Amino acid sequence: MKKKFVPYLFVAPYIIHFLLFVGFPVGFSIYLTFHDWNIISPMEFIGLANYERLFNDTLFWKSLKNTLIFLLIHIPLQIIVALFLAELLTQKIKLKNFFRASYFMPVVVSGVVITILWQQLYGFESGLLNRLLTYIGIKKIGWLTDPNWAMPSIAIMATWKNVGLYIVLFLVGLQTIPQQYYEAAELEGATHLQKFFKITLPMINPTIFMVVILSTIGGFSLFIEPYVMTGGGPLNSTLSAVLYIYKQGFFYYHMGYAATLGFFFAFIILLVVFIQKKFVEREY
Amino acid sequence: MKKVLYYSVLILGSFIFLYPFIWMLSASISPENEIGNLIFLPSNVNFSNYLLIFDKIPIDKAFINSIFVSVSTTLGVLIFSSMIGYALSRLEFKGRDLIFYIIIFTMTLPFQITLIPQYILIVKFGWVDSYAGLIVPYLINAFAIIMFRQYFKSIPQDLIDAARIDGCSELRIIFGILWPNSIPAIITVGIITFMNTWNEVLWPLIVIRDESKMTMPQLVTLFAVGGRAESQLGLKLAAATLLALPIVIAYVIFQKYFIQSMASSGLKE
Repeated sequence: MKKKFVPYLFVAPYIIHFLLFVGFPVGFSIYLTFHDWNIISPMEFIGLANYERLFNDTLFWKSLKNTLIFLLIHIPLQIIVALFLAELLTQKIKLKNFFRASYFMPVVVSGVVITILWQQLYGFESGLLNRLLTYIGIKKIGWLTDPNWAMPSIAIMATWKNVGLYIVLFLVGLQTIPQQYYEAAELEGATHLQKFFKITLPMINPTIFMVVILSTIGGFSLFIEPYVMTGGGPLNSTLSAVLYIYKQGFFYYHMGYAATLGFFFAFIILLVVFIQKKFVEREY
Repeated sequence: MKKVLYYSVLILGSFIFLYPFIWMLSASISPENEIGNLIFLPSNVNFSNYLLIFDKIPIDKAFINSIFVSVSTTLGVLIFSSMIGYALSRLEFKGRDLIFYIIIFTMTLPFQITLIPQYILIVKFGWVDSYAGLIVPYLINAFAIIMFRQYFKSIPQDLIDAARIDGCSELRIIFGILWPNSIPAIITVGIITFMNTWNEVLWPLIVIRDESKMTMPQLVTLFAVGGRAESQLGLKLAAATLLALPIVIAYVIFQKYFIQSMASSGLKE
């Protein structure tokens, strides 16, 4: 009799937590999207006005576009760099662990630290990057001050921060490729590049897709980097979707509208990830 | 010859990934007018930035808050997810599969949708400016539950049966028998939870307003964007160094486990 009770006792924390912190928020979120509310005064039912506002809110669409620009630069860059370094690390070389550990270092450090650091590297007058450019005779770049460069700059920094993790994932993936393939190709006289494009790349495809999906989800939550580095500027060019939701909710206290933005944005994320997954399933 | 090329690229790579950290450390102990030099060795070492930062913001208090929040969240996650993982993998009960599917489903749910209502819930509970507001929402973690469920499945049933015959309670089985046999799972879940909690910024920014309750990344963020650092770059870098140091030290010591944990989970953020 007592025994039957035990499993439920064990999963009870999960059920309570799920109802409170997942079930209720999702339900309440949908309810909130039909209301105007600043938390203090009573909630006001406004029908679909929040949705109407969202579709006409150029700033929201801009934040969405910015997030997309971020992903379109960050993901390909990350795959190329990670795969390149992982390839090098599979060669017979010494100090492998040291290299791997140093590439992984930025992964563990807080995003705030990385952002403060890169703010200096990106400095216009005395930043390291512009000094290097001047040294080799190229004009200085307004990394964080030029609206065309600000988001790419953040994407480069994010790549630097995360690439170590993806190097490790690629290393795991590369280990699963049977050595015989390479040996056979060598007998046929294949070059390094041929081996890479004909064997490595097709065999590592599942890992590439995993990296794409993981960094899509990560990229959609972009917040602290623009918040600390640029505050969303210049000219809102680095305003990410999460930063915009944060501003609507906790600067202006438009809870109903912020919930609408969150709800709609989550829907887009699910859609994008779903399409990516479908794409993977079709490939295999 | 090819080897030389490989090593050059790899060493250059290491330099690119490590240089900013070394520069941060050296700049934070340099005199303010030498920070722009981007060299490693300051003309004279001084720790005035570190002394000043303790005067300017309650960073010592924030350090203790961060430790408290991260350690209790990690312990809570380990205890709860091993209990839930045990029930899901080793006990028979009605609704088990349903709960498992719900867990999988919540893993795919973007946090952006729950952010605003979760904050409202915290307000209604009166948990604004409290440790509970920081800890409780993170005590249950779908990834950790799945991890323990998988791991417990691989432990022989004989071990559990023998314990039951000896009259062990279910709790004793989890923490006395399964835990000592699940060290890799505990390390993986522990490291990832601790790291994510230590580095979390968005949620503390939302829940905590009172400076004495803030976590380290939150306090450093507000210091960096709030204008209190003014043009004193050295101060900002000292604050950033203090925030990075605990995780970097842990990483240098347990490097192997960090990398393995993250690779086996394939997850971050």
